[in-house]
Amino acid sequence: MSEHLVDIRNLRLSFFTPAGEVKALNDVTLHLDEGEVLGIVGESGSGKSVTSYSIMGLTADPGKIVGGTVTFNGHHIESLGEKELRKIRGKEVSIIFQDPMTSLNPVYTIGSQIEESILLHTDKTREEAKERATELLRLVGINEPEKRIRQYPHELSGGMRQRVMIAIALACEPKLLIADEPTTALDVTIQAQILELINELKEKMRMAVILITHDLGIVSSMCDRIAVMYAGRIVECGTTDDIFYRPQHEYTRGLLRSVPNIQDRESKRLIAIEGTPVDLLNPPAGCPFAPRCPSCMKICLREMPPDHHYSEVHTAACWLHEKAEYEQRGGEGD
Amino acid sequence: MAESANLVEVRNLKQYFQVSGKNFFKKDCVKAVDDVSFSIPRGSTLGLVGESGCGKTTTGRTLLRLYEPTAGRIVYDGEVIFDSGDVPLYDEAGNPVTDADGKPVFGKKTRANMLPYRRKMQIVFQDPYASLDPRMTIGEIVGEAIDIHGLASSREERHEKIIRMLERVGLNSEHANRYPHEFSGGQRQRVGIARALAVDPEFIVCDEPISALDVSIQAQVINMLEDLQSEFGLTYLFIAHDLSVVKHISRRIGVMYLGKLVEMGDSYEITFHSCHPYTKSLISAIPIADPETNRHTHRIVLQGDIPSPVNPPSGCRFRTRCPYAEKRCAEEEPAWKEVSPGHFCACHFADSVR
Repeated sequence: MSEHLVDIRNLRLSFFTPAGEVKALNDVTLHLDEGEVLGIVGESGSGKSVTSYSIMGLTADPGKIVGGTVTFNGHHIESLGEKELRKIRGKEVSIIFQDPMTSLNPVYTIGSQIEESILLHTDKTREEAKERATELLRLVGINEPEKRIRQYPHELSGGMRQRVMIAIALACEPKLLIADEPTTALDVTIQAQILELINELKEKMRMAVILITHDLGIVSSMCDRIAVMYAGRIVECGTTDDIFYRPQHEYTRGLLRSVPNIQDRESKRLIAIEGTPVDLLNPPAGCPFAPRCPSCMKICLREMPPDHHYSEVHTAACWLHEKAEYEQRGGEGD
Repeated sequence: MAESANLVEVRNLKQYFQVSGKNFFKKDCVKAVDDVSFSIPRGSTLGLVGESGCGKTTTGRTLLRLYEPTAGRIVYDGEVIFDSGDVPLYDEAGNPVTDADGKPVFGKKTRANMLPYRRKMQIVFQDPYASLDPRMTIGEIVGEAIDIHGLASSREERHEKIIRMLERVGLNSEHANRYPHEFSGGQRQRVGIARALAVDPEFIVCDEPISALDVSIQAQVINMLEDLQSEFGLTYLFIAHDLSVVKHISRRIGVMYLGKLVEMGDSYEITFHSCHPYTKSLISAIPIADPETNRHTHRIVLQGDIPSPVNPPSGCRFRTRCPYAEKRCAEEEPAWKEVSPGHFCACHFADSVR
C-alpha cells in the first residue's frame, strides 16, 4: 500500500525500566521517500534517535515496540526476527553515530572494519573487499587510503574517524543513511567538511538521509523536510521553509527564537523557552509542551491536540489552530 | 600602579606542557598557550573562540593559575599575581618601558599567594555533570567556598547566603538538600554558577558554560549570565567554540588557533570585518538557521585537520589550511598588528583578506 521508502505509523515505543515505563515514543507517524533528506530536531530525550533506530530494528532491551508499524523498503521491521534484521542492517540501511571515538573498534584496523560489512553482505572475496575498502576511503576524502587501511582508529583524528564511519556505512550502497548527530563531537570547520561530504555522497549514490541533530543551522542547510520532536511526539513536520518561515507550533517558534544569529547587526536579548524538559516517567496529561508554552490554554493541560494539516506536507499538533478556527466560526474562545 | 580601567591584564602568557614523545629520553613540549596577551576592561566581557585544542580553556585556567604558567605576566586589578621576570613592562599607552640606556625594563619575578584572589576570580566549568561532587549536597557545594573564605559569621548567615544564591540562579531553598544527580543539565549548570557567585567575585571565567546543554536551555543560561553581569558588575572571560554565542555575549572577541591569538577586536568588527582567513572561515562554517541565506551564500570549507600542537607548522601556524598561504607564510611568523583602532590581527595579508 505504501510507496514510501520509510513509513512509520502510530509507533509507540516504551522502555521498561526499574523506575517504571518510559514512553519514549508516543504515536509517531512519519514517512520518507527515496532520495529525500529528512531532518529530525529536538532536545535530548525527545525520541529523535529512538525513532530512527526503530527503522533498523535497534530497539534493544528494555525497549519494546508497544504499538504501530514500521515499514522500510517493503519490510515490516516490527515483525522481523534478529536474523532477518541483520540482512537489512548495513546493507539497505546504515547508520553513523554521534561519537566517532567510541563507535569504531579500537583493536581492529580501519580496513578490516570496512571489509567486515562488505564480506557479510556481498559474495566478494577478501581481495575484492580490500579493493573496495580502499576505494571507499578515497570516496570519503581520505588521502593515502592504501596506508590508512592498515591503521588503527587511535591513529586518526576525530574528523577522519567520522569519515571512516561514513565509509563503513556506505560500503553496501544503502538506500537509507541515518546520521545521528554526525557532527556534534566535531569542530565547526571539520563539521562543515563532513556535512559537505554527506551532501555530495547523497547526490552521487542517490540515497535517502535522516539527519538527527539539535542544531537548527544544520537542518536548514541540509534538509528537504524537517520533523520537530518533543517528548516522544512529532509536534510539527513540514518542508524546511514551512518550519523556518511558517512555524505553527509554539515549541518550534520558541526554538527558532532562542538561538543567537551571527548575522544580527546588534545583539538583542535572547527569548528563552522557560522551564525544563519533560520527565518522561511522569509525562503531563494533554500536550507535553503545555507547562512551558507561552500561550497555554486550559484544554492544553487536559487533552492532546490532534495533528492539523496546514498543507499536504505541513502538519502541527497544537490547540491554537483549533481555537483560531473556532473563533472564525463565530464561537467564543476557550 | 594606579587603578587601571583593565581588571585583568595578561602579557606574553605561555603555558607549555611536557608530554612523553616517541623518544623515551627526550620529552616533547606541547605549547598549549604561546605568547598570548590581552586585557579585559572592568565590567565587560571578552570572548575567546577557537577549535578544540587551540588553547582557549588552558588560557582561562592559566589565567586563574589553576595551572602554573610557564612564562608571562598576569595582572589582576593593578596587582601582579604572576610574573616570570622576563616580560618587559609596558606603560599606559602600551609602549615598552625603557631605562636610561634604552634597554627594556622587566617586571619583578612574582608568585602571589592566590587565596585572596580566589575569592575575586571564579570559574564556571563546561561539564555540569563532572564538575559537581556527586557526594555533596547542593547546599554543601555552594557553601564550601563561603567556609573557605570565612564569609559567614554564623550558621544562619551561611544558610541564608546559600539560599539567596540558589534563588538568584532560579533554584529554590528545597534544592539545597538534594544531590547533583537529581538535577537536569541546565539546573546543574545553575548550581555551578551559584557556586561561583557565592563568594561575591568580580571576575568569572566561563569555560564553555552552555556547550553541554540543550538548545532551549542555552538561551536561559545566557540570559541569566547577562543579568548577573549587569546586577553585580561582573567581568567575564567567556570561552566557547560557538562563535554566534560568543558574539552575542561579548564586547570584544579573541580568536585562537593552535595556542596563539590570531585576531582580536570588537565583536562587531570580528564578525563583519574580520581580516584573518581563519576567522573568516570559522564564521563561514557556522550553519545559519535560515534556509534562504543558505541557498545564496557560498561556504568556505577549510581542508585538512588541525595540526598537532607538539609540532606546529613553521611561520604562520594556520598556513597548512589557509587558502591564501604563500611561501612567505612558512618562513616568517606574521606580526601582531593593529589593522584599525582596537582591531588586531596576525596575518601577512590582513589588508587584502579584508
